[in-house]
Order: sequence, then C-alpha cells, then structure tokens
Amino acid sequence: MNRIYMDNAATTAVSPAVLEKMMPYFTDIYGNASSIHSTGRDARRALEEARRKVAEVLNCKPNEVYFTSGGSESDNWAIKGTAFAQRKKGNHIITSAIEHHAVLHTCQWLEKQGFTVTYVPVDEFGQVNPADVEKAITDQTILISIMAANNEIGTLQPIKEIAAIAHQHKVLFHTDAVQAVGAIPVDVQDIGCDMLSLSAHKFHGPKGVGVLYIKQGTRIDNFMHGGAQERGKRATTENIPGIVGLAEAITLAAQNLEEKSARIAGLRDQLIEGLTAIPYVRLNGHRTNRLPNNCNISIRFVEGEALLLRLDLAGIAASSGSACTSGSLDPSHVLLAIGLPHEIAHGSLRFSLSDTTTQEEVDYVLKTVPGIVEVLRSMSPLYADFMEGQK
Amino acid sequence: MYSDKVLDHFSNPRNVGEIPDADGVGTVGNAKCGDIMRMYLKVDDNGIITDVKFKTFGCGAAIATSSMATEMVKGKSLKEALKLTNAAVAEALDGLPPVKMHCSLLAEEAVKAAVEDYMKKHPEAVID
Ligand SMILES: Cc1ncc(COP(=O)(O)O)c(C=O)c1O
Ligand code: FES
Repeated sequence: MNRIYMDNAATTAVSPAVLEKMMPYFTDIYGNASSIHSTGRDARRALEEARRKVAEVLNCKPNEVYFTSGGSESDNWAIKGTAFAQRKKGNHIITSAIEHHAVLHTCQWLEKQGFTVTYVPVDEFGQVNPADVEKAITDQTILISIMAANNEIGTLQPIKEIAAIAHQHKVLFHTDAVQAVGAIPVDVQDIGCDMLSLSAHKFHGPKGVGVLYIKQGTRIDNFMHGGAQERGKRATTENIPGIVGLAEAITLAAQNLEEKSARIAGLRDQLIEGLTAIPYVRLNGHRTNRLPNNCNISIRFVEGEALLLRLDLAGIAASSGSACTSGSLDPSHVLLAIGLPHEIAHGSLRFSLSDTTTQEEVDYVLKTVPGIVEVLRSMSPLYADFMEGQK
Repeated sequence: MYSDKVLDHFSNPRNVGEIPDADGVGTVGNAKCGDIMRMYLKVDDNGIITDVKFKTFGCGAAIATSSMATEMVKGKSLKEALKLTNAAVAEALDGLPPVKMHCSLLAEEAVKAAVEDYMKKHPEAVID
C-alpha cells in the first residue's frame, strides 16, 4: 500500500539532497570544530559556512545565528535566558494562549520561579490582537513571545505589528517561527524581532538541530553551560552533520519559496473545500490568513483517534487534537482557546502538506475521508441522537 | 500501541447498531475524555441476553472494548453480565495501554447500565 504522509507539521522527511550533504560529516570530516588540527579546521569551516547560509536566508549577520538542539531548546533559551538576564528590570512576560508547549510550559515554569506571565487570548480564528498585547504591557514587562504561525491550526500572527509595539515600550520580542520557516518567507529584519526560533526537521532537515537567532546586543543568559562553543553562549561540541543539514535544508526551502507555497496552498484549498463539503464539518483557524500547508477541521459526532486509526488503515498519516490522543485526556489547548466546545474539539483532524505532496495524494484523501466519517458516524450515539432530533 | 485484537475489533466491530425494541438500554459517558457509549440488550424470559448491540463515540480502545464486551455478554444470563469487569474485557483484547484502561471501564459501565435499565422496566425479574 502506498503511504500518504500528511503530518508534515509533526515532522518531515529529510530530503535526499540534504542527506547527501550531511553524510561526509559523519565519516570523513568528523573533526571537533574546536580542534586546532586540519580535521578540526575542516569541521569549523563547514560550521561557519552553514551559519553564513542560514544568516543569508534569515537576512541577518552570521554572528546572530546560534545553533541549538531544536525548536524546544531555542524557545527555552530565548525565554528563560532573557527572563533571567532582565530580571532586575522586571519580572513580567507576555505570550499567547495558543503557543507551543515549548513556550507555554517554559512560561509556567518561570511563574514558579517568581515571574508573572500574561497569556493573551485569541479570537475564533486563532489570531492574537496586537491591542491586547499592548494593553498587557506594564512597567515590569521584559519580554513578549508570540509565535509566527500556529502548529495546530496554521493561523499566522501579526508579529510585525507586535514587534513594533514591543519596541515602542522597550520590551524584547521573541517569535517561535518553527512552523513558519520553510513554509513562508521569514526575514528577521522585516519582522523586527530580537529573537527567533526555528527547527530543521520541519523543513526536510534532520531532527535534533535548530537555531535561535539573537539580534546583536540582546542581553540573554546562557542556557547550556560548559565549553566555549557558539562564541561562549552555548556549550556542547557542535553537531556538524545536523548543522550542515539544517543549512542545506533552509537554503533549499528558500528557493522558489513563493512558487512552491502557491502550489501547496492550492492543494490545501482543495482539501479545505472538499472536506468542509462533508456535512457538519468545520474549518479550524483562519480561511486565508494561515500556513499554506495546514488544513485543520473538526468533524462532528466522531472522535479524532478513531479517525486517525481508520485513516492509518487506509494508508493516510494525519494528526488530531482530540482528548483521546493527547495522553492528558484534555483536548488541545489551541482548539479550546478558539472557543470550540470539548465535543467538537474531539473530532479534530490536521492534514499538513509539504513540497512532496502530490495532487494524487490529495485526491485520494478527498475520496477516502467521507467513507471513514460515514462508518464512524454510523457507530456514534451522538450522531443517532442528532439525526433523531432533526426529524 | 494497540494489540492486533484491539485493531481487529476496532476495524471490524461486532454487534454495532441499535435494537429498536430493546429490553434494556444503557448510556454512559466518560468524564475523563468526554466519550459516550450506549448498549442495547434483548433479554428472553429466562433472563438470558439473546442479542446485544452498541453505539460508541470514542477512541479506538472505546470502540474495541464495546465490541468485545458485546461478544462477552451475548448468550449469557443477566447475572453473568453483571459480573463483567473492565479488566476482563481488556484482557480478552490482549491488553490495553495504561492510558486507555479507562476506556474499558466505559464498556463495563455500559453493560451494567443496560442491565439496570432492564431491571427497572421489568421489576418482576429477579437476578439470582
Ligand atoms: C510551533 C512549534 N514550536 C516548537 C516546536 C518544537 O520543536 P522541536 O521538535 O524541534 O523541539 C514545534 C514542533 O513540534 C512547533 O511546532
Ligand atoms: S474513550 Fe477517550 S481515550 Fe478512550
């Protein structure tokens, strides 16, 4: 059976071109970038070349690019690092209700350390209102962290406006751009952010490697203590194969990005239109102000995990924000924040596309989903009661 | 994550549907995750469950345990049906992941609720 992978927001396949670039750094150019000898110097050259490539895509200086172990570390570092570096100035942080757990749980931990955090709400489409952010600013505010694009419902946030507001009030601005980089153009000058997180495995690079962009002059404490790597800001022997892979992947992703995302958005729109044509199915997130590769729907009267299992049996990989898939037995905080009642959040499905998604795959999904929904609804007491009530 | 038996009962659930003239119907909800299970029983004069059907709004484990529970009580007496435990249903499915054990509780409770409903409608019936 042909497997159709529509869970690219979770992770992507490493592209063959990226893998090819990485391979020599496992076996031939395996040196420690801090070593004096030529094996080490070769690794150092690759590291700095990778940094230059990333800087070019993000439109910043190479010395503002810090390699990390992924999106979670970048978020943790940005938030904890600035919180502790600025704590003399204030103890208040502003973020949104729909951030990734890497941001939310970090903020919750900081609350236990004596910081205070405001979680600004979102509207029914998952959009943060910049005016809410501005209203939340106090003389204690040291950091605002708002994601560029939401990982579940794909909604894009007005980060340029929020960055400008932050700076008017002399507050630092961080954005988690883990879902945005590779999907839409991301330019740190244009955004005007002080810090930005990204992760290679979301754009056909390897897992376990990311970047924190830190604008020159930003005061931030170290997060990983040890050796003098990353200009003394982040210890650990550099993951050269991963870093080389990240740089190649971000460079490839940036090539013809507009053309590629227009094609993917076309496929996404077919999915949205086709799936919301099924009765009692709604789109989650904003219809147009969303990532080109994200389609998130709620299917009433059925539960998400059951949908995922049926889809998997039909060869389709997707994901859900249902309580039953969460491990915690609460539906996704994002779906609750946009105001979905529990039972509708329960039947949520996310299809996330990539560069490699084809028209045939979209056609197959559109052909397969209605039958699965019908079977599960035929078993659903809620559907039976609802149809009874309609009579 | 799930055993082959769970996946089998999930993808080919036994006894799905409704019994329009059921002798007992029980609906239970899971406070933990919000799932709902409904069981329908047909009971003969000797207190034997001659037919059972279910409808479930829930995860894979909820659907599989509903299906297994119907198989386990069909042809049994009401008394035996009341003895059905969620652990027995889970075991019959070759086990469930720990986070999914509560789903099997739904199956046990749905059977009990359906039997209780039967008892209410048939006060003359005795379970011994
Ligand atoms: C928005 C967002 N932030 C952070 C992360 C964490 O990234 P990583 O898996 O590289 O730690 C993810 C990935 O799941 C994400 O989608
Ligand atoms: S019924 Fe919700 S997790 Fe199983």
